[in-house]
Amino acid sequence: MSQALLTAKPQYPWKLTPKDLLTDLAGAVFALISTLAIVGFSPLKGKLGFALTLIVMSILTATVISWVRRDRKAAINSSTTVLVYIAASFVIIALASVLYEIIRLGAPGFSLSIFTKDMSQTASDMPLTEGGLLHAVIGTGYLVLFAALFATPIGILTALYIVEVKGRFAGTVRFFVQAMSGVPSIVAGLFIFAFWMIQLGNAYSGLAGCFALTVLMIPTVARTAEEVLKLIPQDLREAGLALGATQWRTVAMVVIPAARSGLITAVILGIARVVGETAPLLLTIGGADAINLNPTSGNMSAFPYYVWKNLLIGSENAVSRAWLGVFVLMILVLIFFALARYFGAAKGSRK
Amino acid sequence: MSLSEQVPKTIPAPRKITTQPRFTDKVFRGVVTSGGLFAGLLLGLIGFFLVFNGFEAMRAAGLSFITGFDWVDAVPEDGQPASYGIGAMLYGTMVTGILAMIMGVPVAVGTALFLSYYAPEWIKKPMVVVVDVMAAIPSIVFGLWGYFVLMPHAEYWAKLIHKYFGFIPFFDMPAPVFTRSPFIAGLVLAIMIIPIVTAVSREVFAQTPLERIQAAYALGATKWTMIKAVVFPYGRGGVIGGAMLGLGRALGETVAVYTVLNLVYDIRIEVLLSAGGNVASMIVNKFGEADPVELQALMGAGFVLFLVTLGVNFLANFIINKTARE
Repeated sequence: MSQALLTAKPQYPWKLTPKDLLTDLAGAVFALISTLAIVGFSPLKGKLGFALTLIVMSILTATVISWVRRDRKAAINSSTTVLVYIAASFVIIALASVLYEIIRLGAPGFSLSIFTKDMSQTASDMPLTEGGLLHAVIGTGYLVLFAALFATPIGILTALYIVEVKGRFAGTVRFFVQAMSGVPSIVAGLFIFAFWMIQLGNAYSGLAGCFALTVLMIPTVARTAEEVLKLIPQDLREAGLALGATQWRTVAMVVIPAARSGLITAVILGIARVVGETAPLLLTIGGADAINLNPTSGNMSAFPYYVWKNLLIGSENAVSRAWLGVFVLMILVLIFFALARYFGAAKGSRK
Repeated sequence: MSLSEQVPKTIPAPRKITTQPRFTDKVFRGVVTSGGLFAGLLLGLIGFFLVFNGFEAMRAAGLSFITGFDWVDAVPEDGQPASYGIGAMLYGTMVTGILAMIMGVPVAVGTALFLSYYAPEWIKKPMVVVVDVMAAIPSIVFGLWGYFVLMPHAEYWAKLIHKYFGFIPFFDMPAPVFTRSPFIAGLVLAIMIIPIVTAVSREVFAQTPLERIQAAYALGATKWTMIKAVVFPYGRGGVIGGAMLGLGRALGETVAVYTVLNLVYDIRIEVLLSAGGNVASMIVNKFGEADPVELQALMGAGFVLFLVTLGVNFLANFIINKTARE
């Protein structure tokens, strides 16, 4: 009995009491009902009117409740809390709308036959059962594959230069690469057009598109790889060097294996960044309706180009094709996104 | 076989102890250095080739390349010279970029605050995924969505804004065409820059020293007064830098703006009117049927865009790095 008297009962002053919860709930219900009433009995109409009234009413309700119960400071705190929640819900609504519309407008045209046919025998205006986007699949496949092949070594070498070699220009290179990640994609396209087409006199080809995507991919790969390499404990490098290994062997057999999943994440993030790029492709690959198996010559197509072309044609079936292209492109982007997260998570769990 | 037979009879000569890197290391460092320097030089190469190809057009137009409002091809039959100026387009780029900042940055900072200080644990992780997925959506998707889904709504919003705030010159309407306006382009860009601004803001908010936060709470601060007194002063630089990174994105965006903006070679302050400008969209717009001379002018336009975005990005990174180091 005396034991119970000595032990303090745990208090949780920060936890909401049932009364607080009830008041909050009542406030939310009041805001909703009053909004419905105002929208019902006033000239305010539609979804926008409802949303605006709901925002105003919930801020008002929260403010009034806090003011009555506490003071002015608490009232300001409540209203800003509501505002922050509204900001976050804006973001969720925007993303949900984008994804929902892509599925609603893009999924109906989806069938496996679109991966077996190209558009060489089909006009964009024809029903979606005709033709497909095999040419875009092959084009995007080539573009992404070669861009990754070019950008991965350069990006990882850049990260190694900044983190491992720590050369004289490491800071400068880092700063420039950071700035390069902000270069507009259209500028990358113009650069390749100026260099590869005008100066060297080449024609439109998949390869030119690869170069443009490489320019955009290098900063992403380099910056992510740099972050990953910095996470590798210094002890590992010192242990390697202390065993008599050269720097080359330390990096190749200790640092890179330790950072492997992170480096894979870097490459996948780079691919996810460029797979949907449209603007540079408009200036470099030329676009095509038929399958082109040769990436070094001849016009090439790609998902973003396919979407763009059908969007500009603008007839009903063409727009459906554009949505179908966006649907497939988004699935591709989300697959790369999920892969990047998977490998990124693997890195965290091993630590 | 005894152990002693396996051990070599002669002890290998000790390695020479030296601070000189070995041959393999020299090769390794050479390869890595050349790779790193190539990536660093790429930025210079981009600028060089754009100037090299656009110089003739920029020299011919002089200062009016930046300030001029005309984009007229030469007509040799009439003896009319070509006149290329991107003034209106530059102005339009700035307008859409600033509109995107006005609409996007508050939402992004609010979302960052939500993730850092308000969200319950169970909603935090999915919300981070939501922001990351949004960052991964290609711009052509936003272009399609903006044109077919957002624009009908945004047109209605624009009409309401004009109806109730039409007395402000910005919201005036000389002609009742509300589609493809800078307002709608700014709206689409705002959504596109939210992820990057949120990510950078969240990063600096996370660096706020915990003891200062706790000190504020201990002094009786509410959550909002704590944020006002501790988080904002500490993270101000990061938020400004993040907003500028977002501005850099918005200034260089091409296809999403192309679909939702009507390009008009004129400077107008009415943001709800279906007339705006954007350098990147103009390049795509004119590229298809450009003759060699016009192509040079487009290269020049690309170079100006390159310089502007580079300047904004340099400044943004400078501010962010400075804040992060403190």
